[in-house]
Amino acid sequence: MAASSHDAAGKGGFRAWLNKRLPVDEFVQSQLTGYFAPKNFNVWYFFGALSLLVFVIQILSGIFLTMHYKVGEATAFDSVEYIMREVEWGWFIRYMHSTGASFFFIVVYLHMLRAMLYGSYRAPRELLWIFGMVVYLALMAEAFMGYVLPWGNMSYWGAQVIVNLFGTIPVIGPGLVEWIRGDYGIADSTLNRFFSLHVVAVPFALAFLILMHLVALRQTGSNNPDGIEIKANLGANGKPVDGIPFHPYYTVKDLVGVGAFLIFFCIVLFFVPTFGGLFLEKPNFEPANPLSTPTHIAPVWYFTPFYAMLRAVPDQQLGALLMLLSIVVFFFLPWLDRSPVKSIRYKGILSKIFLAGFVVSFVALGYFGMMPAEGTYVILARIFTIIYFAFFLLMPWYTRVEKTSPVPQRVTFHA
Amino acid sequence: MSDAVHDHEEVDVSRRKFLTAATAATGAIGAGFTLVPFLASWKPSERARAMGAPVEIDLSKLEPGQMITPSWRKQPIYVVRRTPELLAKLASHDANLKDPQSAASNQPEYTKNAQRSLRPEFLVLFGTCTHLGCLPKEHFKPADAQLGADWPGGFFCPCHGSRFDMAGRVFNGSPASLNLAIPPHSFASDTKLVIGVDPTSAKGAA
Amino acid sequence: MRKSFPALVIAAAFAVLPLAQAAEHEEAAGQCRALDVAHWKAGTEIGNSASLQRGARNFMGYCAGCHSLKYARYSRIAKDLGIPDEQFEKSLLPAGASKNDYVIAPLDAIDGNAWFGKAPPDLSLIARSRGTDYLYQFLKSFYADPATASGVNNLSLPGTAMPHVLSALQGVPEAVRCTLTENAGGEGGAVKGDSVVQKLEVPVAGQLSAAEYDEFVRDTVNFLDYVGEPAKLHRTSIGIWVILFLLVFTGFAYLLKQEYWKDVK
Repeated sequence: MAASSHDAAGKGGFRAWLNKRLPVDEFVQSQLTGYFAPKNFNVWYFFGALSLLVFVIQILSGIFLTMHYKVGEATAFDSVEYIMREVEWGWFIRYMHSTGASFFFIVVYLHMLRAMLYGSYRAPRELLWIFGMVVYLALMAEAFMGYVLPWGNMSYWGAQVIVNLFGTIPVIGPGLVEWIRGDYGIADSTLNRFFSLHVVAVPFALAFLILMHLVALRQTGSNNPDGIEIKANLGANGKPVDGIPFHPYYTVKDLVGVGAFLIFFCIVLFFVPTFGGLFLEKPNFEPANPLSTPTHIAPVWYFTPFYAMLRAVPDQQLGALLMLLSIVVFFFLPWLDRSPVKSIRYKGILSKIFLAGFVVSFVALGYFGMMPAEGTYVILARIFTIIYFAFFLLMPWYTRVEKTSPVPQRVTFHA
Repeated sequence: MSDAVHDHEEVDVSRRKFLTAATAATGAIGAGFTLVPFLASWKPSERARAMGAPVEIDLSKLEPGQMITPSWRKQPIYVVRRTPELLAKLASHDANLKDPQSAASNQPEYTKNAQRSLRPEFLVLFGTCTHLGCLPKEHFKPADAQLGADWPGGFFCPCHGSRFDMAGRVFNGSPASLNLAIPPHSFASDTKLVIGVDPTSAKGAA
Repeated sequence: MRKSFPALVIAAAFAVLPLAQAAEHEEAAGQCRALDVAHWKAGTEIGNSASLQRGARNFMGYCAGCHSLKYARYSRIAKDLGIPDEQFEKSLLPAGASKNDYVIAPLDAIDGNAWFGKAPPDLSLIARSRGTDYLYQFLKSFYADPATASGVNNLSLPGTAMPHVLSALQGVPEAVRCTLTENAGGEGGAVKGDSVVQKLEVPVAGQLSAAEYDEFVRDTVNFLDYVGEPAKLHRTSIGIWVILFLLVFTGFAYLLKQEYWKDVK
């Protein structure tokens, strides 16, 4: 809200004093009221702000969990149950954190899909995209190490499997695995270092990366569903004719998104916190047991697409390599896309088919990753892995040969 | 404003103000409610409360003139069995005390008497000095070498020199200004003291 | 209407499904078919406090001798289940235990290993790690098997070391077997010619009728469900208020957004 005139005397005095020392008004002007965003954002554009919201939720609930959690082989599991039972409202804080972990990936995946739909990774936003991808990588590390902390049996065996992936690296693999664990198996030392990284190092890195992501966004400005640059169309006052000030227009709009999001979030938190074993897995309610692998071991849902690809390859090293590539390939998206247009709205039929194929294979692989690696599941996982990679690797071809529709001069907007 | 935004005259300013206030107020209430669980999580947990449950102390082995120091809620409790001689001396030095009637000091109502106790024989105190929380030492023998010939027997805090009599009342000239506090307690039987529970019946108070 | 057609189909499918299943069972009554223990449902209600209280009584009477609930305190159970202190101390609190203690079984792991070959597990989280249906199936599917040390076996956990502690209540069921005339289907399933347990019959009834025993098991499982997550008792009722509040907030935010966006042309 802009300062109204009637509070000029008292607060105005303080404001002037403050602004001489801290550029508050300048910041608000440059980042909110004077920052112009395209007016045609649709529902896909909520997920960036929502990712930031979940980050805040995770930091807040995480700080309070750390106050009661006791890291250590002998204490970790008990302390989580202590939080769930004996700390007042502890269950709420813990479910907030576990629900937040899954919702983080839901909103980030939708946020990424949005960028892929409307070509938000294209020039001049390559760095913005790359910062986003690094945030995603950091988030995966954060989620994985966080999952180890409750020291349930799935924590233990998940850590075992994922850390052993590093063992597939030629020559240095076995030594590396030992170094990561700090022991000859997943042990107290592993738990302790994951705790430190999860609670201190990675959150700091994430905060910095998110900041850089936003700085890069402010530099290029937002893309929009039409994939045209609003800065190319300036009005008499030097402002984009299709842009509107971020505040108040998008702050009030994002509030609606926040409200709707929190409704979904709280439905899960209060009514189905384990989400049928998807968000909190059943075997993780048994303490870590190095002598007993859970009968069916699968990572949490947000990692299962990659896990399915890992298992689809009948070779340990190639499987791990393929899984790595499936993520690395995202980084090259800005240069793989050769289409003259950015948005899927004006791309040709081939782009639409391949993107749909990618989405379907990502979801399907996610499902196969949860299922036992046998029979038809493996064969289907292989087929969908090929479709997944085809989306990326054939992109330079299909984006050039297909017929695109004409892009409008102005954004599409119906008031 | 940009070309995409028109400052049309028909803007309903009062409606905007109302909706802004309503959204902000609802949001603030929500934030307030969200804060409650986080603040409440700092309260003593059920484990802490279970460990802070009342403790029972067997008095059958406590000899006259002796003190034991059980712990309740992580604080040392002084339980002294006073001899008749020590009790007799209590009334002799009211003029030297800061709060002889324990008017300002902290104790349950049922110990607000001359002996500051449920049963005159047994004195039950929090063992923490009301000055800065050190543990006063027992100097029960009258005419103590360190504390002078007129010392009637009591407690002496080694940290800052506060002195208390055999009812935990603070002497003039001490840095502490309140008498030693008394925890809620009662007697389950003649030899069983319960710390943390107020007396419920005449028997407990007897 | 076109949009809702798939929904209609799905709804219809769900409506027809139970009928189809029932028909299938009826049709199968004549032929040999393995008892489908794995699909038995516990049907517990966490909101039924009478059931929870009975479950607590059952657990303390029949299970607590060997199985601990090491994360649950007696006092908390009494408070959460609304059992008055006096009644609790008289009927549920074991001699020598303080009400603030955790529920720890007198049988220690070493004795447990010696007696059963495997220490009886702690049951604090069993309802969370295995689910209530599993517990119900387990307690309902003991049957006499002279080949085992304890004289009983279990359909849902074959070879279990646990004796049928509740046999005085249920009696000891006998397994009625039959020989499959066709493959049961499914990978690793029984094949034609295998002898399978068709049903469990109680030759000499215990103190409880079949229906009473069913309720006994259900109450006990319900209690274990509560012990697995004490917060379950009230989190949903808090949740309803939170959701209602968020609806109000979102409503205001939406009206505010609509109001401001009148500016945008």
